[in-house]
Amino acid sequence: MNSLLVADTVSKKFGDFTALNDVSITVPEGSIFGLLGPNGAGKTTLIRIINQITMPDTGSVTLGGEPLQQHHIRDIGYMPEERGLYKSMKVGEQVLYLAQLKGMSKAEAKTRAKHWFEKLEIGDWWGKKIQELSKGQAQKIQFVVTVMHQPKLLIFDEPFSGFDPINANLIKDEILQLRDEGATVIFSTHRMESVEELCDHIALINKSNKILDGEINTIKRAYQNNTFDIGVQVVDETAFAKAQQQLASSFKVTPAQFKSLGNEHKLRVEMGDNGTPNELLSTLQTYGQVTHFVEVIPSVNDIFIQTVSQNK
Amino acid sequence: MSILSLIIKREYIARVRNKSFLIMTFLSPLILVGMILLISYLTQLNSEDKRTIVVVDESGQFETVFFNTDKTSYVNLSDQGLDAGKEVAKDDAYYGLIHISKNPETATNPVTFYGNETPSFDYIGDIEDRIEKRITDQNLVAQGINLTALETAKSTIDINIENFSGESSSKMSNWVKAGFGGAAGYLLMMFIIIYGNMVMRSVIEEKTNRIIEVIISSVKPFQLMMGKILGTTLAGITQFAIWVLVGGVLLVVLTAFFGVDPSAATAVNPAASQAQQIAQDPNMMIELLQEVQKLPLLQLVGGFFIYFIGGYFLYSSIYAAIGAAVDNETDTQQFMLPIIMPLMLAIYVGFFAVIDNPHGTVATVFSIIPLTSPIVMLMRIPFEVPLWQIILSITLLIATFVFTVWFGSKIYRVGILMYGKKPTYKDLIKWLKY
Repeated sequence: MNSLLVADTVSKKFGDFTALNDVSITVPEGSIFGLLGPNGAGKTTLIRIINQITMPDTGSVTLGGEPLQQHHIRDIGYMPEERGLYKSMKVGEQVLYLAQLKGMSKAEAKTRAKHWFEKLEIGDWWGKKIQELSKGQAQKIQFVVTVMHQPKLLIFDEPFSGFDPINANLIKDEILQLRDEGATVIFSTHRMESVEELCDHIALINKSNKILDGEINTIKRAYQNNTFDIGVQVVDETAFAKAQQQLASSFKVTPAQFKSLGNEHKLRVEMGDNGTPNELLSTLQTYGQVTHFVEVIPSVNDIFIQTVSQNK
Repeated sequence: MSILSLIIKREYIARVRNKSFLIMTFLSPLILVGMILLISYLTQLNSEDKRTIVVVDESGQFETVFFNTDKTSYVNLSDQGLDAGKEVAKDDAYYGLIHISKNPETATNPVTFYGNETPSFDYIGDIEDRIEKRITDQNLVAQGINLTALETAKSTIDINIENFSGESSSKMSNWVKAGFGGAAGYLLMMFIIIYGNMVMRSVIEEKTNRIIEVIISSVKPFQLMMGKILGTTLAGITQFAIWVLVGGVLLVVLTAFFGVDPSAATAVNPAASQAQQIAQDPNMMIELLQEVQKLPLLQLVGGFFIYFIGGYFLYSSIYAAIGAAVDNETDTQQFMLPIIMPLMLAIYVGFFAVIDNPHGTVATVFSIIPLTSPIVMLMRIPFEVPLWQIILSITLLIATFVFTVWFGSKIYRVGILMYGKKPTYKDLIKWLKY
């Protein structure tokens, strides 16, 4: 897969404060790339550099193989975290204005805008002012503004904040469709659920340094720990108590949390390199009915928290 | 359409369509005219106040000095003495009492005014003059001088002013020049303050609306700032044009309708009262028109244009930078001083130094320093300024204008993305390096 965007050892300082320290990312074409990190990690600074709002002190950024230039802003659609629209301007005029700023002709912008307004079923908002719309409605307009000029690269900074679940889903589907039509998407967020669902690549930035990046399944595999959640309907309680002690001597055993209808024992067993699932399963079978046996795949959230706390 | 003209167009439409712009545009000429009418009415009301003053003249020499006028009438109680006079003045609630002692030539405080209120300086001065003149006349007669002969011997002189190429000018032409220059300078100051503020508010609006980041991911901050300044300027010019039109028509109509003389409102100003006299005298009116035609009109219009644009851009780029640096309008106060100070200074220098001596050192220096030059030079141009001074002043103005736009755009570029922090001057300097 070709990479659409490459940032190479980008650094940026604001006075004495280092916002980015030699950060490199590679965004493959047609992927949804998650840019993760706690608040203040430097995500927004990196995005602003990609948008040519801020210039990097050192390092370079290329888009489609070319170093960033003024005309590249037409290839990028950016929805910032701090977003808004002119409150007293009419929706239609505003959409056309912002599209023209991105280099579209007025006629072209009109056609594209009508298309999107129909698609999102918001056609009757055209003549309203932004201040007459609700926050969620305004966000929809914001989304249209971001994608209208058919950019190659879409950048969303915390895209779902402010959307109700229905609209968030709608927007999510639109983003996936745009990806399928060939757009590349960068997601910046600290909400892990959406990353899990959408992203195929991630980079994790903490305290101005990149601490982890790659394809999401590869990363998950690296953090996989041979851990299983088990549920056992025990026959002989005393025998099981002994067995539990035995398990705890070779593995890390903690109480597990999952939903079930019975009153079985629930345990989380981290085996690491000391055992296999089959061995564990055959041991458990001797004590009663095994009702639950599931591998715990590390969530992005776990990986996020683990790496960030390791890097403290 | 280019990006810049798109921005200018949007800013212009946003300004002009704003309700407060419409209200301001059509209401303020009405308010202005209303104020002028009100003030002239009140002035008339004030002068209609009649008062009666008791005179106790123990010397008996000044009876004819106190003759009744429209405003003041006198009651002579010299025969009753000071104490009785005071009683009468108090009982009848007269305005006051003037007491002149027996030998005014030798007494230390020959004349005293008694009253509840302190009388106006004008009135006291008038009475002093009259008594002085009477005593002086008596002294002259005592010296054996014929007063009628003295009166006929008096003469008045009006100095005719001519330059070496033979063009003559007069005091009136000086008033005309001062009037034109003053009006132009004052207009520029008002324009800078009103529309500079508008630029600033529009920058703050974009910040609080949080649209700024969307915009500058499409255009350069510099383009946005210039678009804003230019768009607002055009809106300002539109508003001024409407004002001049509407205000002028209203004033003419109202004056004709009510028969109130609006120039009475500005009678405190010596220049204006001169103008009033001029207006009353048809011969002088012709002279006035001739003087206006004699003004270096081409220089005046050209200068007005250049200084207007240069000065306005210089200041509004500072306004834009301030707007970018803060989050809301209340935080702008601390940065206003550098704008208001030179403007006030320019106006004061203009109204005092330039009118007093248009080519003096103070006037010349301030008409070359860029922050004050637009206003001061505009006031000087009617008095014919040497070409080298104009060229130097314009060159400096353009250089400074380029510098402030650069400086402003630097602050602007960083400031528009800064939230939640009230910056200090130190921060602004730091931003220049980002």
